[in-house]
Amino acid sequence: MDHETKTSDPSSVVLCPDGPILIRGDFEIVTPSGDPVPRQRTTVALCRCGASAIKPYCDGSHKLINFRTDA
Amino acid sequence: MQLPEPRGPVSAELTDLLAGLPGADSAAQAALLSLVAKTVRLADDILSDDDLQFALFCLYELHYGGLDGVDDAWEWEPGLIAVRRLLEAPFEQALRSAALVAAGPASANSERVAAEGNPDSDAVADMLFALAAQDGGPSLSRYVAKKATVEQLAEFLIHKSVYQLKEADPHTWAIPRLAGRPKAALVEIQADEYGGGRPHRMHSALFARTMEGLGLDTRYGSYADVVPAMALASVNMMSLFGLQRRLRGAITGHLAIYEMTSSRPNHLYARGFRRHGFGSDVTEYFDEHVEADAVHEQIAGRDLAGGLAEAEPHLLEDILFGATAALAIDARLTAHIVEAWEDGRSSLRTSLPAAA
Repeated sequence: MDHETKTSDPSSVVLCPDGPILIRGDFEIVTPSGDPVPRQRTTVALCRCGASAIKPYCDGSHKLINFRTDA
Repeated sequence: MQLPEPRGPVSAELTDLLAGLPGADSAAQAALLSLVAKTVRLADDILSDDDLQFALFCLYELHYGGLDGVDDAWEWEPGLIAVRRLLEAPFEQALRSAALVAAGPASANSERVAAEGNPDSDAVADMLFALAAQDGGPSLSRYVAKKATVEQLAEFLIHKSVYQLKEADPHTWAIPRLAGRPKAALVEIQADEYGGGRPHRMHSALFARTMEGLGLDTRYGSYADVVPAMALASVNMMSLFGLQRRLRGAITGHLAIYEMTSSRPNHLYARGFRRHGFGSDVTEYFDEHVEADAVHEQIAGRDLAGGLAEAEPHLLEDILFGATAALAIDARLTAHIVEAWEDGRSSLRTSLPAAA
């Protein structure tokens, strides 16, 4: 492979319609004071609807409250 | 796993045959083939047929961890594959009929998506989420959360153990049958299922720890004898979908709907075990699934099932089939368990052997 084009892939943030924010790649989740937030997996879904019981992560609650992202 | 006890003439002849070497007794093999041909014709409902589901379960197990004392060469013995095909044809037919019924109002939505020709991945994810949302019927998770006794919690784990102790394996068969976006999506989900490189985080290992917490046997298949046909049908369905390239749409639809109907129930299962004072060693499996499956459902709906439908639009129908068949079988198994519990009976076939 050409060395000049071999750059590391940036992290990606997926805005899931009516759902969470999916983040994959190389990133860190920290509290406002900079402490790492416990994390079990490489790709995570962050709560966007506010109803999750396991924030900052998504627990699927957006489906129960009929959360919509297009409004 | 240990070869379980036969449940009827077909599984009795099959287990006898498997005790010998492949090709050693061609007369017995031919006899089994004609017995199966006759039995499937006469079966009222192959989905709840103990003997046939059990035989199929043993045949599929040859492709996974194998059967103790059974020669691994049986896996690809043509005569045995012929037996499997004879069982699979009516089984698939029965699943397709059950799926049609389960599709309900969401099928109109999916027909619209299909009619539009080239489905996009967001539309496919929407369609699957809508299907998951209309899931009605009795709820096992609410029963477990609020009412189940410790004995019923153990039964619940026993039903699940025929799949969860090899969790994710049937869907892994699909990886080499996919390419590009759906393949990357499936590998991403499966890597998480298998613990992201940490054996103790494998979902099957987490499930084994939950079983240990209730004093249950964690060896794969140790409860195959006591679960009803429908619990075996549920695993056989995944093996049928996973082992055939032709059904790659169905296995992705199955995984997507499985993930989409998981986070909330697992939250409730964990609550049921906490209610009886079980700690995080027991509930970790369920807690993990609340978080993991909220990630997986997004990837499975959009990138896996949606990505596959974009790449191969003709597979949309089978994606829907896999999803609705999963819902239909799950509903029948749930009805069986909840009815038994509400009548004060065990939901297992036979009572458990006394704890060692």
